[in-house]
Amino acid sequence: MIPAPFSYYRALSVDEALDLAAEHGEEAKFLAGGHSLLPLMKLRLALPEVVIDIGRLADLSHIRDAGDHITLGALTRHHDLEHSGLLARELPLLACAAGQVGDPQIRHRGTIGGSLAHADPASDLPAVVLALDATLVARGPSGTREIAAADFFGGLFETALEPDELLTEIRVPKPAAPRWSFQKFTKRAIDWAIVGVAVQGDAVALVNMGETPLRAAAVERALADGAAPRAAAALAAEGTRASADINATRDYREHLARVLVARGLQEAHARA
Amino acid sequence: MDGDRASVLGSRVLRMEDHRLLTAGGTYVADLRVPELAGAAQVTFVRSPIAHALITGIDASVALGEPGVVAVLTGRDLGDLNGQAGQPMPEPLLATGRVRFVGEPVAMVITDGRYQGEDAAELVSVDYEPLAAVVGFGAALADETLLFPDTGSNVVATGGDEQGAGDAMFDGCDVVLGATFPNQRVAPVPLEVRGAAAAWADGRLTVWASTQNAQIARATISGRLAMDQAAVRVITPDVGGGFGAKIGTDRDAIAVAWAATRVGRPVCWSETRGENLVAMTHGRSQRQTVRIGGTRDGRILAYRLDFVQDLGAYPRGAYLASLTRLMTSGAYEIPRVRCGYQVVVTNTTPVDAYRGAGRPEATAAIERAVDMFAAEIGMDPAEVRRLNVVPPGSFPYTSPTGAVYDTGDYAAALDKVLAAAGYRDLRAEQARRRERGDTMQLGIGLSVYVEVTAGDHASGETGKVEVHEDGTVTVSTGSSPHGQGHATSWAMLVQEELGIPMADVTVVHGDTDVIPRGTGTYGSRSLQLGGAAVQKAAAAVREQARGLAAELAGATEAEMELDPRLGIWRVRGESGTELEWGKVAGQAGIEGLVADVLFVAKSPTFPFGAHVAVVEVDTETGKASLVRHVTVDDAGTLLNPLLAEGQRHGGIAQGAAQALVEEVLYDPDGNPLTATLADYATITATELPSFELVASQTPTAVNPLGAKGIGEAGTIGSTPAVQSAVIDAVAHLGVRHIDMPTTPQRVWAAISAAAISAARGGQ
Ligand SMILES: Cc1cc2nc3c(=O)[nH]c(=O)nc-3n(C[C@H](O)[C@H](O)[C@H](O)COP(=O)(O)OP(=O)(O)OC[C@H]3O[C@@H](n4cnc5c(N)ncnc54)[C@H](O)[C@@H]3O)c2cc1C
Repeated sequence: MIPAPFSYYRALSVDEALDLAAEHGEEAKFLAGGHSLLPLMKLRLALPEVVIDIGRLADLSHIRDAGDHITLGALTRHHDLEHSGLLARELPLLACAAGQVGDPQIRHRGTIGGSLAHADPASDLPAVVLALDATLVARGPSGTREIAAADFFGGLFETALEPDELLTEIRVPKPAAPRWSFQKFTKRAIDWAIVGVAVQGDAVALVNMGETPLRAAAVERALADGAAPRAAAALAAEGTRASADINATRDYREHLARVLVARGLQEAHARA
Repeated sequence: MDGDRASVLGSRVLRMEDHRLLTAGGTYVADLRVPELAGAAQVTFVRSPIAHALITGIDASVALGEPGVVAVLTGRDLGDLNGQAGQPMPEPLLATGRVRFVGEPVAMVITDGRYQGEDAAELVSVDYEPLAAVVGFGAALADETLLFPDTGSNVVATGGDEQGAGDAMFDGCDVVLGATFPNQRVAPVPLEVRGAAAAWADGRLTVWASTQNAQIARATISGRLAMDQAAVRVITPDVGGGFGAKIGTDRDAIAVAWAATRVGRPVCWSETRGENLVAMTHGRSQRQTVRIGGTRDGRILAYRLDFVQDLGAYPRGAYLASLTRLMTSGAYEIPRVRCGYQVVVTNTTPVDAYRGAGRPEATAAIERAVDMFAAEIGMDPAEVRRLNVVPPGSFPYTSPTGAVYDTGDYAAALDKVLAAAGYRDLRAEQARRRERGDTMQLGIGLSVYVEVTAGDHASGETGKVEVHEDGTVTVSTGSSPHGQGHATSWAMLVQEELGIPMADVTVVHGDTDVIPRGTGTYGSRSLQLGGAAVQKAAAAVREQARGLAAELAGATEAEMELDPRLGIWRVRGESGTELEWGKVAGQAGIEGLVADVLFVAKSPTFPFGAHVAVVEVDTETGKASLVRHVTVDDAGTLLNPLLAEGQRHGGIAQGAAQALVEEVLYDPDGNPLTATLADYATITATELPSFELVASQTPTAVNPLGAKGIGEAGTIGSTPAVQSAVIDAVAHLGVRHIDMPTTPQRVWAAISAAAISAARGGQ
């Protein structure tokens, strides 16, 4: 509950953050909202020697209408996503999911960039950006690059980001169809999802059904082939690799995925 | 009492302590900034990461070279003080030779700063030779691996009726049913974790401790450290919850106190939440086997409970089993009752008192058995209960296990709660949902309970009331509060007896130099013993004052009257003779106007009640949500209904938590799986409805206040009601039982298993 010693730097600009990251390399970690990194440090499961605080980079906190897509600064807090009028109109799935992260304290601190970069398969927003076919923008020593959400999540707590790369922006295309649903199944309101489902149009993504957020490919194919939602939902566990823990066996997670996908498709349909 | 006026007793007086606690904040052990602790060093424990192992060496040389390290102390440094020589299963202060649970303290690192301690503790190298771990009831009873090889068994004690014997007791029953289920292990999780600070000066040891009872802590500390009681002073600052796990003091705090005598500096210790979840005692942890038999028309004729109590690594809580046994037959009059138990040790955190301590276990077992019996004979569970509860005319009622229930009306409690809940309408709504085959099914769970409070009535409690020359009052109580609201209750009693306003009453507690005699707060004993002592002391002060006032007024005692509204003495009927309390106190001279009372009750009391829980179960996912909880909790005469309701609220929540979500888990090697609050799922406000509390007051004659305990009743009644409601919600699908906690996965598994067996049956 008390972290190991570390050096703390507060970056005052994106450039400074990148310089510090280049200087300290693998030893350094960016600190955004701190609500994933600090618990791990306190348990001494994460032992960074250097912490680069990017929490005050105000230019990384924004929600903007860019015509055919919405841009989100990486440092935008869950609370701001939850309460944005623009998102309520254009990306209600994201606003809804952000509003179900943890509890109000966590939503006031945690950021979308931190959530994606942390890549916890039990987190909500990774699956949501996957369902939304978002593009992630990263800046590193050699400039800026764009990474499709589908290519971003590499494994358990692993992403396509290099240690010296900063996630700066998330670009989300405005969905063509208004059908969406977010189904989060928890034991208690504050908990991470045992299983979650994000539906946008015909895209279906799963929370906590493998080492990374997953698209429910079999469901999507069945829907494309004209299957009824219930029948498609029955395929929700196909291709998943859910783990077992104190809350759920793999079997139970697979069952929940089927139930929640069916509910998600039904709710999305009702919104059409 | 002279004169008449509206009594403060029985009114909803707001808590006097809240303003300070909610604005300035309390002063807990970790907040202490007293001069005696200036320059204190910090204690960090090195704890065992292994459930069962031999310690083959401890090397602190690297740690000792780290910045800020003052000392590293081990069991060897404690010498003879470390062990509990002569005990068959001794619990040392710091483990030597063998560790028996993950979290067991092995060494203490003393540093200038707290963070330095955490870093240095990682560098203390302890060599462990791992042994097989004893985890679970089966492994304990198998006696293949022993925690204390010298004793030859993991069984600490057996008690009550012989296990398995006595099948004849079920002769004549139309229906006999049995089941085995766990009453799972839970963690107390007080908001304030454990902490202690100690200073050693001039041959005296002062210990500040987060404890429910300063005086018991003093006895334990002085006993373990072979010191004179008089050489130890224990002070309890504000205490942020205990739930039984802070009764007296445990080994960690005693080791901290001892360290102060060794390092030439005061020391402070405040554990982390992670330490709290593995090293503070846990609660419950029984495996229960029930057998119940009766007639098809609903009469229960025989009941037996056989259980194994897992005490974790050291048998601190060995007495718990006898409390369960005492309450075996619960609120029912059953002709033939037996109970037998075995108490075992395992390589897990020690188990001790936790809100209810032995009684919730008994209630959970019999309520489950009664529900199974009702289901088997196809009778409404409310009807079966009404038929079998101890009838109102039978009090005092001596139960088959020897408890003497003082007063009660269990059928009335049941009827009241059913009426308040709208039981018939609930059953009708349930029937409609079943008929429609809704995904969201309704479950209704009942419990009727009786429990025992102030079980240790014979040790009594102290109360001292002193009126000062400025007319204010100091109450010194042996009953240390840790959230209950004693300051308010004790002040109410003084205002009632003396007419001195509550605002002028200061309640002092938890300093053994000021209050050398006392027992403390546990077992729902405070008001009925400590409150009664304060009331008696106040009444004694009033009678002393009458004499003093008579002297001052030049009248006889009989002529003096106390105006209880104004708090003023006068000669009856003569205006101009008014005497204020301060003046009267002044007349007492050097002796003071003071009375010190030890109140001993001649027996315990038996609060009772009935609960109705209503849950919705999502039959596709298995998730159960508590949507209503209606209770009658009768604790005799209520001094302050607001405080009593607060106790009920917390109790109901903790009991519902055991039924729904909370469980301490270990892997087969004894590694804790719920060692953070992310994994140990305490219940939160979002999982609970607004409780519907029905009033009921059946006084006891055991104490002058007519009061029984209310601290644990809510927990005792709610756990079985909520568990039963969850099972009831899916009973029509063929489910007869679901273990606690009734997590979504368990409920789903029960529904799936019932569906499979129904399909097989249909083939
Ligand atoms: C009690 C609790 C409950 C929670 N419940 C949920 C929940 O239900 N659902 C859910 O989804 N989440 C939940 N969370 C996690 C929460 O959403 C976190 O805030 C989020 O996952 C991480 O965001 P952060 O800004 O706090 O990141 P940090 O903790 O600051 O950082 C996390 C990781 O991301 C890296 N990082 C952060 N920002 C960037 C960036 N811009 N570029 C590159 N790397 C970066 C950091 O170096 C670090 O490795 C919970 C957290 C807590 C403590």
